[in-house]
Amino acid sequence: MATETAPRPGVARDERVRRVRLVSRLLSRPELGAVVGLAVVWTFFAVVAFDNNFVSWSATAAILNRAAPLGILAVAVALLMIAGEFDLSIGSILGFCGMAIMLLVTPEAAGGFGWSLWPAILVALVLAVLTGLVNGWLVITTKLPSFIITLGTLFIFRGLTVAITRLRTNRTQLGNLDEVPGFDLAEKLFAAKLTLFGSTFNVSILWWVGLTLLATWVLLRTRQGNWIFGTGGAVDAARNVGVPVRAVKMALFVTTAFAGFLVATIQAVEFTGADTLRGQGQEFQAIIAAVVGGCLLTGGYGSAVGAAVGALIFGLVQQGIVITGIQGDWYQVFIGGVLVVAVILNNFVRLKAAARR
Amino acid sequence: MNHRRLAGLLLVLALFGAACTGNGDEGENGGAVNQRDFRFVVVTHGQASDPFWSVAANGVNAAADDMGVQVEYQAPETFDMVAMSQLIDAAVASEPDGLVVSIPDADALGPSIQAAVDAGIPVISMNSGSDVFADLGVLVHVGQTEFEAGLIAGQRFADEGVKNAICINQEVGNVALDLRCQGFEKGLGEKVPVIPVDLADPTGAQETVSGVLQQQSDLDGILTLGPTGAEPTLAALDQAGLLGEVKFATFDLSPEVLEAIDGGDMLFAIDQAQYLQGYLPIVLLTKYMETGALPLGSVDRVILTGPQIVTQETAAQVVDYSAEGLR
Repeated sequence: MATETAPRPGVARDERVRRVRLVSRLLSRPELGAVVGLAVVWTFFAVVAFDNNFVSWSATAAILNRAAPLGILAVAVALLMIAGEFDLSIGSILGFCGMAIMLLVTPEAAGGFGWSLWPAILVALVLAVLTGLVNGWLVITTKLPSFIITLGTLFIFRGLTVAITRLRTNRTQLGNLDEVPGFDLAEKLFAAKLTLFGSTFNVSILWWVGLTLLATWVLLRTRQGNWIFGTGGAVDAARNVGVPVRAVKMALFVTTAFAGFLVATIQAVEFTGADTLRGQGQEFQAIIAAVVGGCLLTGGYGSAVGAAVGALIFGLVQQGIVITGIQGDWYQVFIGGVLVVAVILNNFVRLKAAARR
Repeated sequence: MNHRRLAGLLLVLALFGAACTGNGDEGENGGAVNQRDFRFVVVTHGQASDPFWSVAANGVNAAADDMGVQVEYQAPETFDMVAMSQLIDAAVASEPDGLVVSIPDADALGPSIQAAVDAGIPVISMNSGSDVFADLGVLVHVGQTEFEAGLIAGQRFADEGVKNAICINQEVGNVALDLRCQGFEKGLGEKVPVIPVDLADPTGAQETVSGVLQQQSDLDGILTLGPTGAEPTLAALDQAGLLGEVKFATFDLSPEVLEAIDGGDMLFAIDQAQYLQGYLPIVLLTKYMETGALPLGSVDRVILTGPQIVTQETAAQVVDYSAEGLR
């Protein structure tokens, strides 16, 4: 039976149970650097692009709509990165799932299978899970770096997308999804537009926020989240303690594949079609978003909220450049600059916060 | 890092940002004072690595100088309709006085263009979308009707006695290019397989064409749809020793293409004057803002800038323009 006793004067309290001030707790969060970066970048554009209507609901909508699909990918990639692995094939899985849906619903006369939309979406989901399992299985059995394995599957899945589509339809872009039965429900779920304050926001923003909250809860409040941090931080120690490292990695590869499937479906419904190049390069953008958001490339440290903020910064920079009126050629210079500055800032904040504790 | 260094870093960033936007304003007009207080945004699908589009961008910049207006040119890094629609959304959010777009995929870009029209921004389309622009509320289209241009190419090939031809597409997904191959097939009167290559990978494109040349020994005609398809094909034909034997023509110009035509290695090139496709919409928008009137071109509101056929007789005159980035 334990009772609270006041600390005896002169005796130091056990520092493991001392109360940490809220400010200190906030300062030591991995996403702090990213949030500061977000504020700096937003203020920069607000000042520089004020005349061009940057501080407005329509600009905010353009930014959020741009950030949402990347944000969904970035959250999944961040989870995997915290566990110490990479998935470079997520962009190819995106293209693969999108074309799978389109191939299944395209009329038979054009080379497709003539299905209705929802069975096609389900099949694409199953395919996504399978690709995730393939990635995970290859990484676990070969024990090679996931960077290399998923780089290979990046090409394999992209190649399959292009080859199978052209084989059956002689085309690389399929459309007319809005004529397929089942489209109306899919549109409400994946591509609904919400009009607020005179601007249209995509429902993908809600998916993004929801998935980020779910991922944050898993990471910080569940045992499985601890497993993820353990797998990334010290995999041998984690295994010895009883963490099912292989199952964790498998599950996370399936998660990234699921994120690719979700964005593919959202974009296929939103743009009523898909093409074989969709998603190309998104894997690197997702990794950049996660890193800008405070995830360490080496694993074991990071957060889903950080990845969401990183994706938001990405969207902010891309749309901000257009709204400001800077020539599009400078976009890559800006993104690279933001990446470097964000990483330096993250590092600075992390060291300062660690020193305070 | 102490406070002073951090402040210094932030100051440098702020200066850099100011310099960029400062340059942006001046760069558009080459130092000339804004005579008119208009701002237009051009969003195309044109990838920076495609020399075709740098000529169009030159046209845009020249018109901005001549009209004394501010124009920004935006395009995604790769052929990406999702990114392009997001660029259009951002452009619309910045409330420009006018918007110029290309429409390579009306399904994907339709909602964004429609949103621009609904926001009251005058929109002119160029280069791609000659058969879809009117339904979206776009005012006029400046460009070339692709199917008809392909038809002309096919008929010329048929006149040369070509029986087995291929159509090399360097930017798959662009409906305008698909229309060219379809028109070509109709004009030729034979089945024409479409060979896809990647415009950003000239070595790969050359290897693909070499492979086709080896495989189809009875091939007697090749049509490419742009300089990034034509130049690797020239190299592949040269390597196989078939230059001048296989009838070869292309869409769009470049200095190498013009030299090949001049030397007899290519039959002709179909020029759509992309410099004018960049130049004219800016002029039209400026005058529309000032007078409310637009020239409508043809009955279906297409202002044709092509097809203009460049053959061996005329190639030599055009080479200098092409080397300066004007054709």
